[in-house]
Amino acid sequence: MANFVALLIAGLSTGALYALVAVGFTLMWQTSQTINFAQGEFVMLPAFFMLAAMNRGAPYWLALAVGVALSLAILGLAFKRLLVDPMLRHGVLPLAIATMALSSFLKESVKTFYSAEASPFPSPAPSSDLKVLGVAVSWQSLAGLIAALLAVTFLQLGLSRTRIGRQMQAAAQNPTVAQILGLPVERLILYAFLLNAALVALASALVSPIYLAKFSNGETLGQAAFIAAIVGGFNQVRGAVVGGLLLGVVENLGAAYISDAYRDAIPLFVLVVVILFRPNGLVGRAEERTV
Amino acid sequence: MAVLEVSGLSKRFGGVAAVSDVSFAVQEGEILGVIGPNGSGKTTLFNCILGQLRPSAGEVRFDGRVTTGMNPSALNRLGVSRTFQLLQVFPRLSARENLILAGQEHRGGMVSRLAGPRDAGLGGAADELLAFFGLGSLAGTRAGSLSYGQQKLLDAAMAFMSGPRLVLLDEPAGGVNPSMLVTLKERLQAYHAERRATLVIIEHNMDFVMSMCGRVLVLAEGRTLAVGAPAEVRANPKVIEAYLGR
Amino acid sequence: MIGGAQSRIAAAAGLAAVATLIVAPLFLRRYGLYLVSDWAVMTIAAMGLNLTLGYAGQVSLAQGAFVGVGAYSAAILTTHGWPFAAAMALALAVSFAVGWALGYPALRVRHHYLAFVTLAFSTLAFLVFRNEAWLTGGVEGIDGVPRPSLFGWSMRPPLAYAYFCLAALAFVAAAMAWLIRSPWGRSFLALRENPLRAQSLGVDTRRYTLLAFAIGSALGGAAGALYAPLVGLVEPPAFTLALSLNLLMMVIVGGSGYFLGPFLGALIAVMAPEWLRAWENYYLILYAVLVMGLLVVSPTGILGLIDRYALHRAAAEASAARAALKPSIEGP
Repeated sequence: MANFVALLIAGLSTGALYALVAVGFTLMWQTSQTINFAQGEFVMLPAFFMLAAMNRGAPYWLALAVGVALSLAILGLAFKRLLVDPMLRHGVLPLAIATMALSSFLKESVKTFYSAEASPFPSPAPSSDLKVLGVAVSWQSLAGLIAALLAVTFLQLGLSRTRIGRQMQAAAQNPTVAQILGLPVERLILYAFLLNAALVALASALVSPIYLAKFSNGETLGQAAFIAAIVGGFNQVRGAVVGGLLLGVVENLGAAYISDAYRDAIPLFVLVVVILFRPNGLVGRAEERTV
Repeated sequence: MAVLEVSGLSKRFGGVAAVSDVSFAVQEGEILGVIGPNGSGKTTLFNCILGQLRPSAGEVRFDGRVTTGMNPSALNRLGVSRTFQLLQVFPRLSARENLILAGQEHRGGMVSRLAGPRDAGLGGAADELLAFFGLGSLAGTRAGSLSYGQQKLLDAAMAFMSGPRLVLLDEPAGGVNPSMLVTLKERLQAYHAERRATLVIIEHNMDFVMSMCGRVLVLAEGRTLAVGAPAEVRANPKVIEAYLGR
Repeated sequence: MIGGAQSRIAAAAGLAAVATLIVAPLFLRRYGLYLVSDWAVMTIAAMGLNLTLGYAGQVSLAQGAFVGVGAYSAAILTTHGWPFAAAMALALAVSFAVGWALGYPALRVRHHYLAFVTLAFSTLAFLVFRNEAWLTGGVEGIDGVPRPSLFGWSMRPPLAYAYFCLAALAFVAAAMAWLIRSPWGRSFLALRENPLRAQSLGVDTRRYTLLAFAIGSALGGAAGALYAPLVGLVEPPAFTLALSLNLLMMVIVGGSGYFLGPFLGALIAVMAPEWLRAWENYYLILYAVLVMGLLVVSPTGILGLIDRYALHRAAAEASAARAALKPSIEGP
């Protein structure tokens, strides 16, 4: 039982991280039909911005701010202006392929210009363990879980309670109507990208202490986020959160109780089952054949 | 037995009822017009009959056989075809190729379509039909290069290519200039006379409807308002009110 | 349409290319012959993906896995003494069957969800290749895959096998051309351009989509069956999602839906490491930048760019022709 609890907490912790990354992924899809295959690398990169700052003597919180700022500028603004905007008109796939190339670019750039080795990354939380229900849980994963959940909660509130948040949702659901209603759709889409940049920077700061900062961190995380977003329904932020948490838990429990050799297949198995029986994800809404 | 029977058809989108409890029957060889103000549910009705949408309630029968919610391609192969409100020819294919496409799934089988002749044996029939619609000289032209009116004619021709028993046309005259309109009407009537096809036509152009159709069905706000001969319907005060408002 | 002079140029260029392909191998050494064979094999796999993606409009993230399925099928049979023809037949059959099985339920749901199912299959296939050692040799794979003999002539020498791969490519290309021009090809095109209209004309969109995907997958398997004897060793890392994504990139960069797209895309993918060799460590970065740059400039790939240019020229000529016909203001 204690083992189960430990696995559950670990699963929720990983799941919260997946949720953070999946939310941004969903936002980019909803607002501009962008499938960002580089999302995993987007999470990998900010940690290196922060490390670079820390190497120059910056304290943790300053480095964090630098990381977020650079992330907003590069992974948010530059990404949108240079890659997404020129290609949007031409459909989903060319842009998706371009993000694949981007993913390779970011990975190789870090590997070549920074280091191919894993670098340790500091965490504001103590490195000791806490006893929860008779189980040892690391402060770091707990801190990660709490931070991620807080971020997601604020995001949800922001999207549903603020005017800008509601405008973003409207623009995502029906950009044409939103435009007719006079909403600044272009700017709202930019906000979505900036939001993603902030979320991935946060995720980066949370994941790097545990897994160490390495150029290859993006691979599994990106795929997991993608699956979490789809399982959740790909058309609601709430769904991405549910999908992420569920995926983290199922993955951890599955690896322990079912098979470790096929661990990587579990998220995908969940995905296939979900889309076969609930084609619009767990939380998504149904659509029809239309004319 | 009626070729097409619609009973109690309804379609709701969330809280909005686009079509409510519509029932009518179309006899073989008839030309039925469907009119009504914008938003009265005409296209939604077509979509429910033809399988693009699943009705919320009601039944559709073709030649006595229940076809409610049937897949559009299966329904087409039973002998029902349609045109859409928005022009939908295949712009990259030639006019002849468009027609061959429209007919090829109705003859032979998968194997003959793979190993057999490229035009599925329909080249001649396609040229004939093109000539019938006055497009004979344009057989090899890319459909995207034709004028709007010519594309509308091609669209109609595509619906007829497979020799269907029932054809539903959604605003075939929409956006067509007057001289082309004369051709279109004349060709539809000629086709109807020759092949005894049953036609159901949604139209806004009153002259077109009144002169072509034997009976007219009027929809307003998703419900049947009136059904009868054109002159009757035209004089019906409820119909006049629906169009002119209160 | 392209003018008469332009199509004559295109035909001449095509002939020159084919002639080069026939003659060039004689002048190449071992590594060059390997590249030519690799290009031929990748083109076959990319052609399959082009059918699925470019003609039927379906995204498959498992083409690399199907190459693996074909490679392992062929490796298992030939290392047990079976003739290559049987190995190829098995590779084709298994890939087609698995493709059909994967596609059938997925397409019942929403047609673009095939992408996700193929993603799942890609991972599953890799894990099976890696874990089921009794069948696949596990992490170590299957070594010593023999090259076939044709009418007593052994294809073992690099030159012979290069011609064998080129011949296979020619055969597949001819079959593909036949398919595209047949009524099936017309239905595939309709599927891509306007599935709703196609359905209303009696095209069973589900069946044709499934066919395109299954045939495309089978071609992936065929490529795998040719790949195994080329490399000699069949092991799991060669058939990960990376290969599927690479093939996808080949199709898009070459030009999705264009017949020659896969040829071009595979050429770039196989030759890029060679051309960028001067930049050693940075070649992957450069390649990524080049791909991104190309796609920003021309999302329809290289052939899309050429097509756009040709259309632009044609439109300009038509415009000029019309202007020349207008009466001049100055009078006769």
